[in-house]
Amino acid sequence: MTTFQIEQTPDRPAVSAGPPLKFVLSSVESDSHMWNLVALQLIMEEMGHEVVNLGACVPVGRLLAACHDERPDCLVISTINGHGHVDGARVISALRSDAVLAGLPAVIGGKLGVHGDANSALEAELLALGYDAVFHVGAGDSGQAIESFREFVAANIRTLR
Amino acid sequence: MTAARSVFSAFVAEHRRRRTLVVQPRMGFSEPEAMRRGLRAVAGAGVPAVGTVTLDSYTRTGQHDLAAMSVQSGVPLNGFPLVALGPAVTAGLVADLPGFPVQVRHGSAQPEDIFAVMLEAGLDASEGGPVSYCLPYSSVPLRTAAKAWSRSASLLAGQADRGVDCHLESFGGCMLGQLCPPGLLVALSVLECLFFAEHGVRSVSASYAQQTSPEQDAEALWAMRRLCAEELAGVDHHLVLYTYMGLFPESAAGARELVAESVRLAVRTGTERLIVKTTAEAHRIPTVEENISALQLAHATALAEPAPAGPPGETEVYAQARLLVDEVRSLAPTLTEALPAAFERGLLDVPYCLHPDNGGETRCVLDDEGRLQWWHTGRMPLPPALGGRRGDDRVSATRLLADLSYHRRRLDPVLS
Repeated sequence: MTTFQIEQTPDRPAVSAGPPLKFVLSSVESDSHMWNLVALQLIMEEMGHEVVNLGACVPVGRLLAACHDERPDCLVISTINGHGHVDGARVISALRSDAVLAGLPAVIGGKLGVHGDANSALEAELLALGYDAVFHVGAGDSGQAIESFREFVAANIRTLR
Repeated sequence: MTAARSVFSAFVAEHRRRRTLVVQPRMGFSEPEAMRRGLRAVAGAGVPAVGTVTLDSYTRTGQHDLAAMSVQSGVPLNGFPLVALGPAVTAGLVADLPGFPVQVRHGSAQPEDIFAVMLEAGLDASEGGPVSYCLPYSSVPLRTAAKAWSRSASLLAGQADRGVDCHLESFGGCMLGQLCPPGLLVALSVLECLFFAEHGVRSVSASYAQQTSPEQDAEALWAMRRLCAEELAGVDHHLVLYTYMGLFPESAAGARELVAESVRLAVRTGTERLIVKTTAEAHRIPTVEENISALQLAHATALAEPAPAGPPGETEVYAQARLLVDEVRSLAPTLTEALPAAFERGLLDVPYCLHPDNGGETRCVLDDEGRLQWWHTGRMPLPPALGGRRGDDRVSATRLLADLSYHRRRLDPVLS
């Protein structure tokens, strides 16, 4: 229950491509994986951003309360236990129906289903529910998701702020 | 009334007498028929194995309504929804496997309902602990978890009144799966076993998860055996090793080698039971067949390994663990109080653990020989002579990621 699935190319320059952003980083209520969150926080901080890391097993209510309190530029959900497409859907539905948080940029990444291969149907479903980006980690391509996330942040840095 | 020995601990004791390593999968399926087929396959694998029913994440976090909804709508879960399916269905898993030992593995900070259904279904062995199933696997306050585990351990201990001695394993030696220095892992595992014994549980096991240095891991297992012998007089106990719980090699050959290394570690330290991983670990939830192959590989590897060598003399792992156990116990008359107090004071502090009740001041790294070393021991009472350190720099993402992927870099082929 404690494996994690994030890698990056070592020695990649960790330079922010714009003004620092504030992220709330969290997992979903049923997911206890922590290393993905620890590593993502370090990577994002080294990109020059501020990270409020809520940790694992965060109930939807607490996640929304933290977003109200912290007013982040973007919410990042990282989950790898296979329930992410269900729990992640509950998170985004709650977020999009919250008057204050409806417009908060939100992304989700990790292993989203219990079957190993990337599943484009799950991805499309989560985008349709309101995520701004989905970074699905398939078997053997864990490094790709973090690269895509970096590109997403770099490309959207002005609109996120 | 003298309680019958737990089916589970009796099986382990018998194989300890024969000096054979007991192997165990980490198996859990949401469909009862798949779970039943998995248990039958383990029982019939031709190796000394105990069965596992691993529960799903909704059941683990007490969301039984979500588990039930998923079952009804056919959405696959990542384990067996024991409470949602209930005692009759659970009992049906082992109805045609009389005497086959099965452990319920769950990951719950508040396992009363899980234990109640498990006992009603006739199963007598589980695992976890007030710290090891709270800090990494929940956002439940540690004091709440300690109270819930007090009630849960007492519930298991109380079964002796109806003639059943239950077995409870501490998951304390597996905190976050990797990058926790062995001295802290051993201390937590022993402290949780003492917590179980404090509540009257008479059969326990202490766990340790394979880390990155076979020599250091062997020292840790010997240290844990010695501490258990010193502290658990009169309590039936054994040791359990977990094949590496961290980032697993992606190649089948690399995964097989890491499993084999864990088997060799278990045998040469006289460890009684091994939780075995499969070659599918890096990718998805393994199939029944992959689990059986892994158990058979582990057993064959164990047979080829020479008998255990003797324990080492005084080691830093033992000294660290001994000190931590003593310091924690001195905080309060019971461990139900002492364990949360120890975390509040930073006397225990798990590196990289994000739980709100963990101090979060400690860090560790791998040295050039692959041994885990403290980088920062925060407020833990470890003097420099026992490996304590207060490093100024933060551990970089590059270093952390390199340390986390140590076995993968070592055992996966370099793709060109």
